[in-house]
Amino acid sequence: MALTEDNKQRRPTRAPFSNHVWPILKTALLTLGSIAVTLIGLVFITFVIGRVMPIDPVLAIVGERASQATYDEVYFQLGLDKPVIVQFLYYLWDVVHLDFGISLLNARPVSEDIARVFPATLELATLGIFFGVVLGIPLGVLAAVHKGSWIDQIARVVALVGYSMPIFWLGLMGLLVFYGILGWVGGPGRVGIFYIDVVPSVTGLILVDTALAGNWDAFKNAFSHIILPASLLGYFSLAYISRMTRSFMLEQLSAEYITTARVKGMSEWNVVWKHAFKNIRVQLITVIALSYANLLEGSVLTEIIFSWPGIGSYITTALLSADMNAVLGGTVVVGLIFILLNIFSDLLYRVFDPRAK
Amino acid sequence: MADTQTLRQWLLTETPTSRRHAKLSAIYQGWLSFRSNTMAMIGLVILLLLLFVAIAAPLIAPHDPFAQDLGNRLAPLGTDGHIFGTDSLGRDILSRLIYGARITLYIVALVALIAPIAGLLMGTIAGYVGGWTDTVLMRITDIFLAFPRLVLALAFVAALGAGIENAVLAISLTAWPPYARIARAETLTIRSSDYISAIKLQGAGPLRIITKHIWPLCISSLIVRVTLDMAGIILAAAGLGFLGLGAQPPSPEWGAMISEGRRFILDHWWVATVPGLAIFTVSLAFNLLGDGLRDILDPKASE
Amino acid sequence: MTMLSKLLTGASLALAVGVTSFPVYAETPANMLVIANRIDDVTTIDPAESFEFAGSDISRNVYSRLVILDPLDLEAGYKPDLAESWDVSEDGKTITFTMRDDATFHSGNPVRAEDAAFSLQRAVILNKTPAFILTQFGFTPENVTETIRADGNKLIITTDQRYATSFVLNCLTATIGGVVDKETVMANEVDGDMGNVWLRTNSAGSGPYMLDRWTPNDNVTLSSNPDYYGGAPAMERVIVRHVIESASQRLLLERGDIDVARNLNPEDIAGVSDADGIQVVDELKGRLMYLALNQQHPELSKPEVRQAFKYLVDYEGMQNSFLNGQYTIHQNFLPATYLGASDENPFSYDLDKARELLEAAGVENLEIEIGVREAQERMEIAQSFQNSAAQVGITVNITVGTAKQILDRYRARELDVYLGAWGPDYPDPQTNAGTFAYNPDNSDEANATGLLAWRNSWDTGGLTEKVDAAVVEGDREKRVQMYLDIQEEFRETSPFVIMFQQIEQSAMRDNVTDFSTGQAVTNAAYWQVTK
Repeated sequence: MALTEDNKQRRPTRAPFSNHVWPILKTALLTLGSIAVTLIGLVFITFVIGRVMPIDPVLAIVGERASQATYDEVYFQLGLDKPVIVQFLYYLWDVVHLDFGISLLNARPVSEDIARVFPATLELATLGIFFGVVLGIPLGVLAAVHKGSWIDQIARVVALVGYSMPIFWLGLMGLLVFYGILGWVGGPGRVGIFYIDVVPSVTGLILVDTALAGNWDAFKNAFSHIILPASLLGYFSLAYISRMTRSFMLEQLSAEYITTARVKGMSEWNVVWKHAFKNIRVQLITVIALSYANLLEGSVLTEIIFSWPGIGSYITTALLSADMNAVLGGTVVVGLIFILLNIFSDLLYRVFDPRAK
Repeated sequence: MADTQTLRQWLLTETPTSRRHAKLSAIYQGWLSFRSNTMAMIGLVILLLLLFVAIAAPLIAPHDPFAQDLGNRLAPLGTDGHIFGTDSLGRDILSRLIYGARITLYIVALVALIAPIAGLLMGTIAGYVGGWTDTVLMRITDIFLAFPRLVLALAFVAALGAGIENAVLAISLTAWPPYARIARAETLTIRSSDYISAIKLQGAGPLRIITKHIWPLCISSLIVRVTLDMAGIILAAAGLGFLGLGAQPPSPEWGAMISEGRRFILDHWWVATVPGLAIFTVSLAFNLLGDGLRDILDPKASE
Repeated sequence: MTMLSKLLTGASLALAVGVTSFPVYAETPANMLVIANRIDDVTTIDPAESFEFAGSDISRNVYSRLVILDPLDLEAGYKPDLAESWDVSEDGKTITFTMRDDATFHSGNPVRAEDAAFSLQRAVILNKTPAFILTQFGFTPENVTETIRADGNKLIITTDQRYATSFVLNCLTATIGGVVDKETVMANEVDGDMGNVWLRTNSAGSGPYMLDRWTPNDNVTLSSNPDYYGGAPAMERVIVRHVIESASQRLLLERGDIDVARNLNPEDIAGVSDADGIQVVDELKGRLMYLALNQQHPELSKPEVRQAFKYLVDYEGMQNSFLNGQYTIHQNFLPATYLGASDENPFSYDLDKARELLEAAGVENLEIEIGVREAQERMEIAQSFQNSAAQVGITVNITVGTAKQILDRYRARELDVYLGAWGPDYPDPQTNAGTFAYNPDNSDEANATGLLAWRNSWDTGGLTEKVDAAVVEGDREKRVQMYLDIQEEFRETSPFVIMFQQIEQSAMRDNVTDFSTGQAVTNAAYWQVTK
């Protein structure tokens, strides 16, 4: 008893900012300020990690046999002789100008590398979240409407299996079955060998580039390569999205206005989709944004298994070879996207949620 | 005998006689509703079984988990004496699984201790003290939330060296921010409630209020969250093992076993699949249990 | 139709065609070679700087050198390439190369002696990691314009003392000997870097292939050079694709989406060798696995003990079990396929012999520490040795650590026994002779941590002088004999128990012929490949 009562008391008021009506400008400034602070913090922590890594960036460049003179030269070149805080400020200055420096290892500008690897992850994550949303939401709604029925049980099993499955195992098995044995999908990599660089890279998204160029063979090939990893990621976000949809829907369906609507004789379809679902859109946006952000971080394990040249494996490789410019750049970009997605979902929240107006 | 009957009645009374009585009564009623949830019970039974296997490992394991037999490597499922077959060095997979249960529990226990407690501390302090402290602590939380998690974990492990303890620390480091957020939200609502004001009037200091009154109320929602996160934690540890940064050989950690076994995945699929299924089963059990616990402890989310 | 529904229709359409029409078995085009390899170690493709395997693979096909190792006849050693002939002066210090006149760079510029001189000077001046391969002949940034110079179609190289001609020429077959197009490179110079930044990602060679593109951690694309003076290669396009997982490489190979898989693990090699249409090709590589006994240890420095250890290794047992296919027995410091390599392997697993030798030395209850890096095969070798040693009453404690931890102690002469691997740096016997059997000053103060003999406090018992003599012997046959003699003595007297040489196993479709990864001495070559 104590518990249930506490719960009523403790139910948090939704969207704290809805209580305040701040001038829009002030809100915008505060938001920008907090983005800036978070980003600087992000850069700072990555920077600290770079300093405590047991790998010597100078040695990583010059190799073990280099003479002391060569070593010193690179050491000064990298600015490692300056105090750490000065190095940090220099770096911050460059980042503000969208200059992430030169990759220590492959001698290319980090921004160029990121422009190459990020679209790969973006493409995979977008298709993945697309599967997750298109299948996950109806599944969640169905499960909630038919709570306790076999549909609900199946939905639960599907979701829990998704939560509990080691992705690298499922990925390897999927590759073995659908590519190795059945040959239904393309193998590791973004496109087949013959389609590498056949269309000009406009957006970096191969599906879009091939479609723009009207090269449908290449499009088909790229699609056959992306379908398996994207379904895999889609399944994992489906698990999360369907579970959250179900619990949001249950909350709405037990609300009084739904009972009223039903008493009034409104069709079940309208009750579910026009009323209940309309009210959970806002919460769903947050959930979807969160899982999209998680996918955009780059699923390192999936990228390794499918030889997918995305940002997750880029940052990991860079980290393990002490290419700190690349790590910092990748982390800042991923962090920025995470923050932007959060703000975006907050904004949508305000647009859709009547109470926030 | 008569006692049990009255005990049941005593526990189900509508009019508790003391605070403790009310508490016990609530727990008992929670248990009753939990028991009726078949799925959650399955989860609980699996986890109790895991606990038993871990404790009794030396008694039930048919072989030494480290004993090699190069002449009998990669034996298939159902081989005489090796029901789950043997791995690349001829070690009995079943025995390794059984000993691995200990490691899995160890990881789970450590992360479950570190991450929520760290989050609880940050969240309640931020929520209770408010003002600048709140802003600073929540900004730090945001920074860690925005950080790509695997990068953080990888960087940490790479800096401190591969190994199970460092993997646990690394996972905890990435897992605490959501707990801090939950704890802060709870604290904010509790802080403004009437009874906290009453306690304040009685002269209780902030430390006492946080530890004696706010923490106990945050615990239940944290427990639900931790249970649901457990599967993710086990998978994260296995993922680090897969990248060679988790438990080190010859440790029979399940993720490391998959990682070793993936070399043979095309010809000897069971070497990686058996530990994969073990991870799957335990993760599933935690999820089932978490679902059930949520129904009891956090009715809002499930009703 | 909205954008979204358009996309949706497109996606479902593509799903339908993608699923139904994808061919069950693919095959690469007849004029294209597709290779799966790990290329994440490529950090630069500038021949003056590149020192990693995958980067050197690119260089070998893009840059011609003065002399070449023929992938179809590696045993023959260096042959003329951009230099059609050479003369050695009386004092043995000056080599004059005569350049061939029909070679052109990919840019169309002719290959001149001036370009060759520029390339070598540039490597010395830039002084990057592999520069020691050239600077060991006494070239310095200060003297390089005199010691390496062009005169008409002649390139003249003057070393600081007499060296074996084969030593100098072997070093010129290394990646650092690649000849770059001076005009193109200098046109891309930035801040006096001699085009270093530009060449890291671009190429200016005259080899059989042109670099189309190197996308880090993704692929390397080469296309054939139709004007190659050695004849245009059969494979018009070569694509090296970065695939990390062995299982993924194997699936690609079995499906026929690639022609060659270079990083299959032994299990997958065993798996594909039964598959239809796939062949496995073994090539010896340069890496040696060895045990080294510290000569500061009172017992380990006894000659009988050193010999006893050589009988305590279960060579056959390991080769046929966990090292199967990856390593082969080899007991000499020059890897097979090197100039002067010996194939004598006199030691076998013989506990009685070891016991006899230990008794003769009066050794009892010996307890030693072995330092080993945390790598699977090394730890397994260590455990096998521990097991054998226990049977003759030697207690072995294995200390496992990271590469850095173990190497630091090895370099500081602190380990009793080190178990590890050594890979040669350039394709000349001097690279190993100069470290295993060479130690001019054995004192602690010398701190010659680069020399394996010094690390083990071994004064080499006179081999140092023989190595010095071999490195200046101008006659190739005589030089070979000198190395054979050194190795014979080394086997019997040294504190090194050399055990195994690495094998690289490449799996490929059975229509691929003449593929070569370059064995121990060089890198992969594609121009001789046919399908």
